[in-house]
Amino acid sequence: MDDPVMTANDSTATDLGPVVLEAKGLYKDYKLGRGPKASVLSAVRDVSLQLRRGAVVALVGESGSGKSTVAKLLAGQERPTSGEVLLDGEPVHHSGRRGFRAYKSEVQMVFQDPFASLNPTHRVRYPLERAVRLHRSELGRQAVADELVRLMDEVRLNPAEEFLQRYPHQLSGGQRQRVSIARALAVRPRVLLADEPVSMLDVSIRLEVLDVIDHLRERFELAVLYITHDIASARYFAGETLVMYAGEIVERGPSEDLSQSPAHPYTQLLLAAAPDPDRLGAPIDERLAGSARQAGSTPTTTVGCRFSSRCPLADDHCRAQSPPLQAIDEHRAAACWRLDLAAPNLVQRQREERSVALPQ
Amino acid sequence: MSTSEQAAAGVAPTAGAAALPLPVLEIRDFSISFATETGDVKAVRHVDLSLAPGEIVGLAGESGSGKSTLALGACRLLRPPAIITGGSVIYRGRRVGPEGVEILDLTAHELRALRWREISIVFQSAMNALNPVLRVEAQLGDVIDAHLNVSREEKHERLNSLLDMVGIPRARLRSYPHELSGGMRQRIMIAMALATDPEVVIMDEPTTALDVVVQREILAEIAELQKELKFAVLFITHDLSLLLEIADRIAMLYGGRMVETGTGEQIHHRTAHPYTRGLLNSFPSVRGPRRKLAGIPGSPPDPRDMPPGCPFQPRCRFVKSECATVDMQLLPAEVEDPQHLTACPYVKVGEVEPAGAATPATIREVL
Repeated sequence: MDDPVMTANDSTATDLGPVVLEAKGLYKDYKLGRGPKASVLSAVRDVSLQLRRGAVVALVGESGSGKSTVAKLLAGQERPTSGEVLLDGEPVHHSGRRGFRAYKSEVQMVFQDPFASLNPTHRVRYPLERAVRLHRSELGRQAVADELVRLMDEVRLNPAEEFLQRYPHQLSGGQRQRVSIARALAVRPRVLLADEPVSMLDVSIRLEVLDVIDHLRERFELAVLYITHDIASARYFAGETLVMYAGEIVERGPSEDLSQSPAHPYTQLLLAAAPDPDRLGAPIDERLAGSARQAGSTPTTTVGCRFSSRCPLADDHCRAQSPPLQAIDEHRAAACWRLDLAAPNLVQRQREERSVALPQ
Repeated sequence: MSTSEQAAAGVAPTAGAAALPLPVLEIRDFSISFATETGDVKAVRHVDLSLAPGEIVGLAGESGSGKSTLALGACRLLRPPAIITGGSVIYRGRRVGPEGVEILDLTAHELRALRWREISIVFQSAMNALNPVLRVEAQLGDVIDAHLNVSREEKHERLNSLLDMVGIPRARLRSYPHELSGGMRQRIMIAMALATDPEVVIMDEPTTALDVVVQREILAEIAELQKELKFAVLFITHDLSLLLEIADRIAMLYGGRMVETGTGEQIHHRTAHPYTRGLLNSFPSVRGPRRKLAGIPGSPPDPRDMPPGCPFQPRCRFVKSECATVDMQLLPAEVEDPQHLTACPYVKVGEVEPAGAATPATIREVL
């Protein structure tokens, strides 16, 4: 088709820019029910990630995998059960309203549903102006007005004055989502947490919204966390991809490497399931048809590998002990006991290079 | 138009005619409007669509394109302010005979006999379509009671075999919808649609709310069932890449108009309409080399404010002044193939490729 675009520096993407926001060993448990019958749902288990200046990290997983909980923990909307969030290397304590507001002026969020995230009774101007006034109180009346126009320009809503006067119901989904992005940007954050920012939008306008985010990332050197269930868009949009399953990161690596040679059996399943026009006419994968009967909701077990009940390679060891995230090479890691079977080529290469020793 | 020609030939079968099966569902020149205070909003305009027995036809379009309105309207499931303003919908099932019935002329009583028994629907959101306070058993049973005249034992047997068919343990009959996962609920919806052995199943975004892995499992399930039970499927979705894999034929809807129809292969490799190409270029692919992606600039059209002529003009890279008067008749896109039709008389197959370079919405190669 077109010129193939393979950027050579993909694998070094994560080396660029200093770490702005970091999660270290985050756990989040929710207590279900009360009294002796109470059980614990561990939504997030031992998640660590680093967001660097001017780079996009994708967090990919199915619904219920805990990816939105990670975003909430990073945004300070939920407190982790254990582990910590670091901003510029300093542990974050949202003590009091002022502290929280200061944190919010650095870390902003864009939500999935632009129909629900904007108050229908306010004109577009209102949430933007409020954000600017709250977080940048030094600005005078005229400066605020100029800032609003500038924000609308940044998200390509022209003419700005006209859009500022509209109500959300007068905007299309893509325009609303761009207003949400402008609102997030109004406080001049350094980190943008985008939780499924395009999944509710029509296919033909998704790219433009992603493109707006990408343009802003470049222009303001934003550190972006892109949360999605669509591993294909992560491949295009993010330098690094983290794959989550049942609350844990099961694989991480440069997006291109990870999507072209997935190591973890779950990543492989995810990629095999992605619609592919080039598979045209071929019968729908029979292997998956078979597994349909066993696939169910997210496992509740906390013993062993959480993917083991769906994994074709699982053995007793997998069911008994939870695999740690271990390095495959300098940039990639996967949490699987049976990597030598799941991704023999990668393991082989790694053994030959001997750059990182597997803690066997 | 080829679809209506085939139909015309089929009504009076001639000895020499090719053994093309008569379409089981044939929608012709169909239009639907919504009456509003400020005038009629034309949601579907002069659409032709036919479904051969056992065929999977994909109906692709974005929100507001009229795809669900078209399908619901064909079953007369729309209520005012929606009005069917013209056209015909003919159903020819085995139980009805080759001359067929005009759905738009049926009485309420006749419609009741047709719906679900002959044409059933899998709705998009299983979460909302299932009653949360009734067990699965009661809801599936209701369908059987309402449309089939069977004894209690037969009903019970039918319920069990339906669950087996969609791969859900029989014990789940006693479950409430909230006790089931999203995929299971969607399977229950499919079981419900198949409960009366209909000949046409309309699937309105049956997998949109599901995760990719579950989505693929459900699709495999549908493909398997379709092969076994030979019902025809009208599969409605906004996800064109999905249709390319499963549909025998694809119809592209934009702004209430049919803009292109053809096989998956034709739509994918010999795209004729600029909108189709734009949509195809909007999907990032997980396989193959990374290509340049381009979305479609602008927003989907507002049905209240359609431009005259081609509805895609404001977003089209090939737009010219003639587009404002184009009549949107479907024309053969390729001389040798009457199945591949396009509504654009100006852009030829092959011309729409390669895209991306000139469009503003290009995703930069990150880093």
